Amino acid sequence: MDPIAKNLKQRSLSAKIETKGRLITQLCTVLIVLLVLAIFGFIATKGLTLFFHDHGSLWSFFSGTTWSPDKVDSHRQPVIGALPMIVGSFTVTLLAVLVATPFAIAAAIFMTEISPQKGNKILQPVIELLVGIPSVVYGFIGLAVIVPFVQKIAGGSGFGILAGALVLFVMILPTITSMTVDALKAVPRYYREASLALGATRWQTIYKVTLRAGAPGIMTAVIFGMSRAFGEALAVQMVIGNAILMPSSLTSPSTTLTSVLTMNMGNTVMGTTSNDALWTLALLLLLMSLVFNIVIKYLAKRGALS
Amino acid sequence: MRTFGKLLLLLGVISSLSGCSHANNRQETITAVGSSALQPLIEAGGEKYSQKNPQAYINVQGGGSGTGLAQIQQGAVAIGNSDVFAEQKKGIQAQNLIDHKVCVVAVVPVVNRQVPLNNLSTTQLQAIFMGKITNWQQVGGPRLPITIINRAQGSGTRMIFEQQVMQGQPFKKAPEQDSSGMVRQIVKNTPGAISYVAWPYLTQDLKPLAIDQIKLTTANVAQNRWKIWAYEHLYTTKNPNKLTRQFIKFILSEQFQEQEVRQMHYIPMKQMRYQQDAHGRVSSKE
Repeated sequence: MDPIAKNLKQRSLSAKIETKGRLITQLCTVLIVLLVLAIFGFIATKGLTLFFHDHGSLWSFFSGTTWSPDKVDSHRQPVIGALPMIVGSFTVTLLAVLVATPFAIAAAIFMTEISPQKGNKILQPVIELLVGIPSVVYGFIGLAVIVPFVQKIAGGSGFGILAGALVLFVMILPTITSMTVDALKAVPRYYREASLALGATRWQTIYKVTLRAGAPGIMTAVIFGMSRAFGEALAVQMVIGNAILMPSSLTSPSTTLTSVLTMNMGNTVMGTTSNDALWTLALLLLLMSLVFNIVIKYLAKRGALS
Repeated sequence: MRTFGKLLLLLGVISSLSGCSHANNRQETITAVGSSALQPLIEAGGEKYSQKNPQAYINVQGGGSGTGLAQIQQGAVAIGNSDVFAEQKKGIQAQNLIDHKVCVVAVVPVVNRQVPLNNLSTTQLQAIFMGKITNWQQVGGPRLPITIINRAQGSGTRMIFEQQVMQGQPFKKAPEQDSSGMVRQIVKNTPGAISYVAWPYLTQDLKPLAIDQIKLTTANVAQNRWKIWAYEHLYTTKNPNKLTRQFIKFILSEQFQEQEVRQMHYIPMKQMRYQQDAHGRVSSKE
């Protein structure tokens, strides 16, 4: 056969490499997806055992305030009131986000609008450094500094939601700040120029144009911060006091879903109700992070500049 | 493709080489996991044992008595350390395990140094941990609210305290900590705090309380005048390996019991005049 025709009819080496590459990437993707599905399936089956096998009631899980899964109540149902930790988790998270967001937005405005040069030189490295500090270090500082501080001001032991929220505040501040910076940077330059050309001052431009246009991005940043705060275990566990009690004040010891998990997982035996109850908490955490992700996706879709 | 093949070959060579070197200076390791009250003693024992037998290494980890029992039941470790009988822990098949009682540990109520009391009665102690007494004033102290620090559910120290002091009464819901070290730290820093620790963890930072005018001493525990004590158990499966058997023998040896066990404030088995069964019943040995 004509060598040229032969060459053309055969698959070239580059085409073969191309196929192989595609196969490898597809395989890896499928593997990741399978892994995620497997984790979901595993935690779901484990977490639902409490309700289907151990006869726990869903209602008492979300409304009860007493948590001792190894005991049964008068209806022969396990005592699995998870409300104190659910409330604890949400209060700590919301409080931390509430305190962190103004600081984060202010820092982001400074970095993008007021002094980009100084921002990039000083604030950026500082924020990156903060992201890299392990959570146990934050918890340790919280234990040594924040808890005694709260104790001095409010009395009691110092352990509680306030201490937890203050630690989380520092932890999520860099996350929210850097994402807010990205959101503000994405606001087109001509928005600002148009506003200034209309005679608006810099503050008016920031307040009425840049922040408004960047709002969906900022919301995403806040939700990201929330999801990080919600899932944080170690640092919070060290300062919140770990009492499975409905929080009566910001300085009364309380607990979160994650702290209950880390405190008890080693002490329970696989297959017992206490162990199943912990898996249910894990399932709840997983579902919450799913909710956070869906909200972020929704905001991103809505916020795409049209 | 050729380079890929070469890479594979290289990887194979490296792994086989490292496999060889691993086999040459092979060290025998066993892992003991569980009770944090027993951990210091087993660590000290492991060190001593390794000095005598350099090829043996005892890896000691904490995690709580529940962890120790759960892990030995799964066969994940060689020794499960526990402050409580396997029979007392839900979900553990005690008949599949072998119990080695190595010593006795006493648990002592401790308070912050600012609390000027030295003694409480059993009833008072119980009422405090039930939440009936909430101010030191009610037991003859200064006007200072009581802050209870509890250990996590499943902690062996907590189970010992619960059995001997609470006697079936429920604990007040209170802050929980998952290690003796954290309890020590918090009681030290919180005015009006009360908690309990295993004797080996008692330091100058904390103030131990006498109960019904009886102080914590080895003799008092041996005579069961100090009631809050329990055995420290090393649990193994039915067929422990040689190193495990020898290590437990070493821990039970006369020399180790008389030196380390005593020095670290555990009570040697031999000295006990009383015995306890898996249901918490105490009887005289004589």
